Amino acid sequence: MSENLLEVKDLKKYYPVKSSSLFGKERVLKAVDGVNFSIKKGETFGLVGESGCGKSTIGRSIIRLHDITSGNIFFDGDDIASLNEKGLKKYRRRMQAVFQDPYASLNPTMNVFELISEPMKIHGNPTPAEQKDTILSLLDQVGLKKDHLYRYPHEFSGGQRQRVSIARALSVNPDFILCDEPISALDVSVQAQVVNMLEDIQEKTGVTYLFIAHDLSMVRHISNRIGVMYLGDIVEIAESDELYTEPLHPYTQALLSAIPEPDTTIAKRERIVLSGEVPSPLNAPSGCKFRTRCPHAMDICREVVPPMLAIGNGRQVACHLYDEEGKIIE
Amino acid sequence: MAEKLLEVVDLKTSFYTGAGEVQAVRGVSFQLEKGEVLGIVGESGSGKSVMAKSIMSLIQSPGKIKQGDITWRGENLLGKSEKQLRAIRGNEISLISQDPMSALNPVVKIGKQMTEVIIRHQRVGKKEAEKRAVDLLGKVGISSPEERLKQYPHELSGGMKQRIMIGMSISCQPELLIADEPTTALDVTIQSQILNLMSALKDKEQMALILITHDLGVVAENCERVLVMYGGLIMEEGPVKELFQNPKHPYTEGLLRSLPKRSNGVKERLVPIQGSPPDLLNPPQGCPFADRCPYVMDKCAELPPYFKVDSERKTMCWLHESEEGDNHE
Amino acid sequence: MNKRKWNGVKRELFKNKYALMAFVLLIVFLIAALFAFLSPFDPNKMSIIDKLQSPNGKHLFGTDEYGRDYFTRVLYGARVSLAVGFLSMIVAVVIGTTVGTVSGYFGGWIDNILMRFVEVLMSIPSFFLMLLLNAYMKPGITTLVLIIGFFTWMEIARIVRSETLSIKEREYVMYAKASGQSSFLTITKHIIPNIAPTIIIAGTLNIATAILMESSLSFLGLGVQQPNSSWGSMLNSAQGYIGEAWHLTLFPGFLILFTVLCFNVLGDVLRVAFEPKGANGEKK
Repeated sequence: MSENLLEVKDLKKYYPVKSSSLFGKERVLKAVDGVNFSIKKGETFGLVGESGCGKSTIGRSIIRLHDITSGNIFFDGDDIASLNEKGLKKYRRRMQAVFQDPYASLNPTMNVFELISEPMKIHGNPTPAEQKDTILSLLDQVGLKKDHLYRYPHEFSGGQRQRVSIARALSVNPDFILCDEPISALDVSVQAQVVNMLEDIQEKTGVTYLFIAHDLSMVRHISNRIGVMYLGDIVEIAESDELYTEPLHPYTQALLSAIPEPDTTIAKRERIVLSGEVPSPLNAPSGCKFRTRCPHAMDICREVVPPMLAIGNGRQVACHLYDEEGKIIE
Repeated sequence: MAEKLLEVVDLKTSFYTGAGEVQAVRGVSFQLEKGEVLGIVGESGSGKSVMAKSIMSLIQSPGKIKQGDITWRGENLLGKSEKQLRAIRGNEISLISQDPMSALNPVVKIGKQMTEVIIRHQRVGKKEAEKRAVDLLGKVGISSPEERLKQYPHELSGGMKQRIMIGMSISCQPELLIADEPTTALDVTIQSQILNLMSALKDKEQMALILITHDLGVVAENCERVLVMYGGLIMEEGPVKELFQNPKHPYTEGLLRSLPKRSNGVKERLVPIQGSPPDLLNPPQGCPFADRCPYVMDKCAELPPYFKVDSERKTMCWLHESEEGDNHE
Repeated sequence: MNKRKWNGVKRELFKNKYALMAFVLLIVFLIAALFAFLSPFDPNKMSIIDKLQSPNGKHLFGTDEYGRDYFTRVLYGARVSLAVGFLSMIVAVVIGTTVGTVSGYFGGWIDNILMRFVEVLMSIPSFFLMLLLNAYMKPGITTLVLIIGFFTWMEIARIVRSETLSIKEREYVMYAKASGQSSFLTITKHIIPNIAPTIIIAGTLNIATAILMESSLSFLGLGVQQPNSSWGSMLNSAQGYIGEAWHLTLFPGFLILFTVLCFNVLGDVLRVAFEPKGANGEKK
């Protein structure tokens, strides 16, 4: 088995929330509440969950867009969790990002050349000719044409903008790319183009992805392993096919059963309709955070936070239903 | 034969912008029967939302319905005055939009917004309207409805707001509910709650439903018949099951193939549709899908008519020209 | 700033009659001020026998109390008034943009300190402070520009700060941070170009304010000193003759009025043109 590129240990990110009343107590929003996972070199790790579960916060913590509350982030063996901006600079080249909104991820006042050359200039000193050569080959790699070089973002469609974003991320030969919902805003027919491209790039360069999304079927397709998040916790980690064929955590089961299936030949999964809404992270339930919506909730779930059980084959689940071997406790 | 509720014939809607005429809907015809669930799928810019708004006569300047007939229970809606339309809108046909956040007025309490609609359409007193609002919230599965009525929209979650929108739109027992991407802004677990609710209500209230979405899965699981829109035109029409199992139009085929396959074991590579959708400022003369179509022929430079491929199915593609009349492939 | 936005400005300008008028009028003033030297009269040459003439064929705007050609003086006055307005605006925009972007981008205690400072400055009746400062400093155009600039940047800083706060959350700014771009370049390359429309609008309106302030200061005798003249100082000297030579107050007074009005109209037009489409309908 190859070694880990990224290892996240007990990552926590809390935000103070000012109370709406003047003298109210300041409360803490636990966006990410102690998660552990690792990503191997050349692998795609998927992170799924509903809005507000903290998946984007994890991504942004890893690329150190903000300071974290506590925990460690090991990138290629080095803890980057508490480095300052100066110390981070050499890691900034190796970790790149592609964001969700193709209409907001490119500066509208810069053309493609300026956009892609920016990270190159931060992390090196290429001549204009070198920049142009690199950019042209990158454009070719992401399926854009030479005459797109001096165009501005508003002249492109959503899919093309996402290609520019990807070319920009690739321009500094990163080891790791954070893909934060990169296809969520795209049309179905264009999503497949971008996903295929990301796969081709990985095959060619061996880059590692953290792929964050809420579209579960695409995540399954692109990821080797998947972590499922609920209210700031990872509740299950598994190989992607295993996760889909045999979900263990009741939340994963509900989440998967809720995906509408376009293939009318496949028998429908029995749909588990969860009652209620996701509780506010300001006011998370005690014990297991999912217990308020869980069809299997027991007394113990209210009192004890379920530990993350490693049940073999890299599979982990945090649920009181299972014992150490992943068997259902009768 | 069931009763015909709505008939749209050759509808064309354009928007006149600074850059020119954007032809959002370019000649769409279909029918809807009483109690039917019709799905309309299409990507952004396919004209599906504009078509929904056209049916409701909610197109505003710089948009304009250029041509066409919209017949609602035997009456042409396009000839009606704003006053007559208002009696139909919300009363007989209701619309739920994608964004429940912006559909509710943020500074007015839920209760007031709901009772206003009920009072306006049903001419009942305030007390009676409040009672009905409580009933409606119960119907759409909102717990402690009396308290909700006193809250402001921002105090509720997205799923809750969409439930309230649905409650408001069924308050007058409409014959037809048009839901324009009702669950796009919601999470999957909430989406399945809302879709379950809508199909239950449809049966209970005996209304027809037009479900507009980009999600093929939502259509497959909730609709009986489906229209596939692309470039302002209907590419293909038919019963959901057959259409998805055996798509006739290359666009439908492409859409289905670009979804990840569920076959176990080996990972199949996705088959995307190359290129991007047509520019509706200068739509192509011929088939709008021609420049992305793997089967493109010389003939495609001319806009194909609809070919019947089955008693219930038709498609706008020259590939099926010869099949007109007989049914083999 | 991209081409689309400029086309929007052009469209808005031609759609709105007042805006076009304002724009043409300002251009006329500007050209007139620039080519003031073409006038056959020396603005400072006195001729007592010609004093206080009413407008006539030779002296279009008549003459002042020293018999100087009033039209020529108005043209030269325009130079001073417009230049002071424009230069003060530059000073205010530079300070305001710097403080606003730094405050908005870094947030935290930097933001707190800068914004409290802005609030303190705004709460002081600046006109009296200007009078005070003016009394201690050597009067002149440079002093005037600096003083007006220093006392009008706060509004710009606040607008720029709030725009920066919203732009900062855009993904391209996050990307710049994630890829290791320095704060200085992030602000200058990613934030300022994208709030340029707002800065331009604020700057345009600021010119109007600055011209008005200059006029007020000069009217009180604290601004431009003789023999130089601005519209404000001309008003000052004209007030003694309001009974016998009403035209002396009329011309500079109306010019100030029109110029300020034109800049305000123009600022409004720019705001409409730069506004994202669709938002127009919601504004009243």
